[in-house]
Amino acid sequence: MTTTPMKRPSWTTWDAPTERWLLSGFCRDGKQRTVLLELAARIIFPTVLVLSIYLLFAGHDRAGGGFSGGLVAGQAFVLRYLAGGRMDDSAIVSMRPPVLIGMGLTIATTSAFLPLLFGGELLETAIYKFTVPPLGEIKFVTSVLLDSGVYLLIVGVVLDLLRTLGSAIEADVDAAERGQR
Amino acid sequence: MLAFVVVHLLVALALPFLARRSTRAAFLTAAVPPAAALLWVLAQAGPVLSGQTISETVEWAPLIGLQFAFRLDALALLMTILVAGLGAVVLVYADSYFSRGGGDARRSAPLLLAFAGAMLGLVFADDLITVYVFWELTTICSFLLVGQAGLSRESRRSALQALMITSLGGLVMLLGFVVLGETAGTYRISELAANPPGGAAAVVAALLILVGAFTKSAQIPFHNWLPAAMVAPTPISAYLHAASMVKAGVFLVARLAPVFTDVPEWKLAAIAFGLVTMLVGGWRALHEYDLKKLLAYGTVSQLGFLMVLFGAGTHTGAMAGAAMLLAHGMFKATLFLVVGIIDHQAGTRDIRKLSGLGRELPWLAVVATLGVASMAGLPPMLGFIGKEAAFSAFLTGGRPDLLVDAVLVLGSMLTVAYSLRMLWGAFADKPELPRTKAKKPSAEALIPAGLPALAGIVLGIGYPVADKLAGSYAEVFAPVADPYHLALWHGFNLPLLLSALAVTGGVALHLGRVQLTAARKKLPRPLDAQRGYERIMALLERVAVGVTGRLQVGSLPTYLGIILLTMLAIPGSALLVRAAVPDDLRAYDNLLQVPLALVVIVAAIAVLRSRRRLTAVLLVGVVGYGIGGLFIVDGGPDLALAQFLVETLTLVAFVFVLRRLPVRFTQSDTAKAWQAPKAVIAIAAGTFISLAAVIFSSARQAPPEASAAFIANAEKGAGATNVVNAIIVDFRAFDTVGEIAVLAIAATGVASLILASRHERRKRSTRVPPISVKTPVKQQEEVRE
Repeated sequence: MTTTPMKRPSWTTWDAPTERWLLSGFCRDGKQRTVLLELAARIIFPTVLVLSIYLLFAGHDRAGGGFSGGLVAGQAFVLRYLAGGRMDDSAIVSMRPPVLIGMGLTIATTSAFLPLLFGGELLETAIYKFTVPPLGEIKFVTSVLLDSGVYLLIVGVVLDLLRTLGSAIEADVDAAERGQR
Repeated sequence: MLAFVVVHLLVALALPFLARRSTRAAFLTAAVPPAAALLWVLAQAGPVLSGQTISETVEWAPLIGLQFAFRLDALALLMTILVAGLGAVVLVYADSYFSRGGGDARRSAPLLLAFAGAMLGLVFADDLITVYVFWELTTICSFLLVGQAGLSRESRRSALQALMITSLGGLVMLLGFVVLGETAGTYRISELAANPPGGAAAVVAALLILVGAFTKSAQIPFHNWLPAAMVAPTPISAYLHAASMVKAGVFLVARLAPVFTDVPEWKLAAIAFGLVTMLVGGWRALHEYDLKKLLAYGTVSQLGFLMVLFGAGTHTGAMAGAAMLLAHGMFKATLFLVVGIIDHQAGTRDIRKLSGLGRELPWLAVVATLGVASMAGLPPMLGFIGKEAAFSAFLTGGRPDLLVDAVLVLGSMLTVAYSLRMLWGAFADKPELPRTKAKKPSAEALIPAGLPALAGIVLGIGYPVADKLAGSYAEVFAPVADPYHLALWHGFNLPLLLSALAVTGGVALHLGRVQLTAARKKLPRPLDAQRGYERIMALLERVAVGVTGRLQVGSLPTYLGIILLTMLAIPGSALLVRAAVPDDLRAYDNLLQVPLALVVIVAAIAVLRSRRRLTAVLLVGVVGYGIGGLFIVDGGPDLALAQFLVETLTLVAFVFVLRRLPVRFTQSDTAKAWQAPKAVIAIAAGTFISLAAVIFSSARQAPPEASAAFIANAEKGAGATNVVNAIIVDFRAFDTVGEIAVLAIAATGVASLILASRHERRKRSTRVPPISVKTPVKQQEEVRE
């Protein structure tokens, strides 16, 4: 990651990334690495995230929804964790899981109260349809807000799981080994 | 009226921010709302005393008939004068008492104001449920006030004791309210008083409500929390004891007395408990060395007195009760504030250490004398007028009434005696003691202490005002031909003689205090309420430890076994009784179901045969995916998607945990011995689940109406072609919000548990040699198998 700017990079480093691409800057112990999995994770991770967002928005008309979308996004993070290990599980999402969970809950409840401001009832949904020239007609249902809250919350729960059961136990193992040495 | 209550609470909410800058500003600001309430109430006094009432209702939950109802009548007026007037006085005084900027000051200003607001709500309330809400609010406020920062063990214990006793009493009272309200068909107190309910239900309600009133007003045998609560700072004690919290019970009896005029048990219980309380409180007060404790037992005694007067439910009794209520609030506030000043300036409130304070602080002594004179019932104080009325109230009846009067005179003797003890103890020159040094108190402390004392004498001399105040309340009772009037001079009559007797007896008791204390020490101590309370609490804790220790054994198989057995016992037995195998049972609907079912069955059998943990978990995953496949075949893609995702996640979580567990299942000898019972339970539970699945799913004959409505409205109402999603985010969105809240709490809880135990382990591993790091791991294994 720390490539010093040289005029003529050596041929061994000519395609080294100049900035963080996806994984954190930390490298696992060589013995624990599975390069193929790491590579696959790099490619698949953003794709799965996009899929999860698609699921979130498609949920209203097809299979999907905030719950499924959140779980899919969470599993993208699981994949990253499996490939990158403890150092990677929180490298890019710098938000702590409880904050994410709280944000999800806040968004969901706020969206529940929002209709009251416009004279509606608690949790009422409104449907807006408008046309954007290249895309055609777009339908926006306000319940997507509630669904996004669910989505964020689920992602937070999965990250919490990774943080506690995943990296916490891993750190324990490391500590125990270091202690025994 | 609601506005005043709300303003109190809102200002209290804002006060912590002000108190951080300046506690002085906070206390003075806090004094404004009670003062405003007092002024407003006094402005309404004219019409209210002539019989008009002001009512207000605010809908709370109209669907179930809940509302906040407020009503200003003579009794509410009387109490408001005490609550708001003394509230303002105490708040100003508190500024001089607490050290500026200290934590206690910062906490007390908003809490005292909130307390005043809750008390005001209680006083105005005209609805039983409203009464209960504010009643418990005062309980909570007093818990926080008595406990303060909870630094000392004593303050924590006293606060908890007050909370336990008064809130338990409050719950009993709520039960009484419900019985009363349901019997009469209304929870409105004014309507109840107009049409009092009768019968056995009214008796039950009366007794239940009295329990609440007794706990709050520290009647025997619930009196012990009150002296214990003396650990609170003095201004708080003054407010809790003089004006509000402890008066709430007496107030409730006064408020509901017209409702229960035809219930003899109400009157009997109130008078009997009140009399005993008056004697025991007075007797205990005679032997206290701590001035505050002395006053606290004095309050217990006076509350018993008030309970008798209001419980009697007669016109004269009500007159006397109202006058004594006012008088007690005023002199008790004065005396508490005086003791606070003594404590503050002389550094002690132990009468064995105070001497010659009367010459050191003459003004304080004058104020205290005024208060004590009213407490002892000397003319021309309000206390005297009230006591005269009290003696008159029980003179007209038969022999039982005369007995009551006799006990009242005896109680008054004790009152006079401990009044003198307080005055003598605080201010007299005691030759055997060195003279106490004390700094002069500031005017900010002295004036608030003197104001209520002055009010006591002003109302005594201006007795027509007091007569009007008390008389308006007494009108709710059955009118008498020649109503009693409060006056300083009724001529030479029996009550005057009784008053004189009480005073002389009290003086004699005080003079013989040394012999009295010696005699008391020889007496056996039959029942100590405080020790009783402590025994009960200790017993509760021991039972809790025993039950928890037997139920929470820390073995997962045991927990699982208990859960499964419960499931078998309750829904399982119901299934046995009502089971009917459906006749349209088919082997399969879709050919695809057959291989999927086979996969699930084979995987389930393989789980049983597996020896490695990882294999077992993976096979459980196969079962889950197989069931997801069945969902797809049955046409539930949403369900299948969720099933697949959750299954994957569960698998990952399992694998995370399995890293720390041994690779293979190992069985200890005890586990082997339990193998057969475990197998029986497991087979029974499995059979139950599969049978239940078949029978429950066949119980439905037609598609449910709800889902038909959902399907019909999904497109139009929620703009969704996916009905499942429309249900989740629109039709049943409220459930969704609740569910994700549960999920958030559960996830946070589990994460905290794991992180906390890890933190603990890490701390331990830094302290002890690293080898012992393995111990927690071993414990984990034991938990799993």
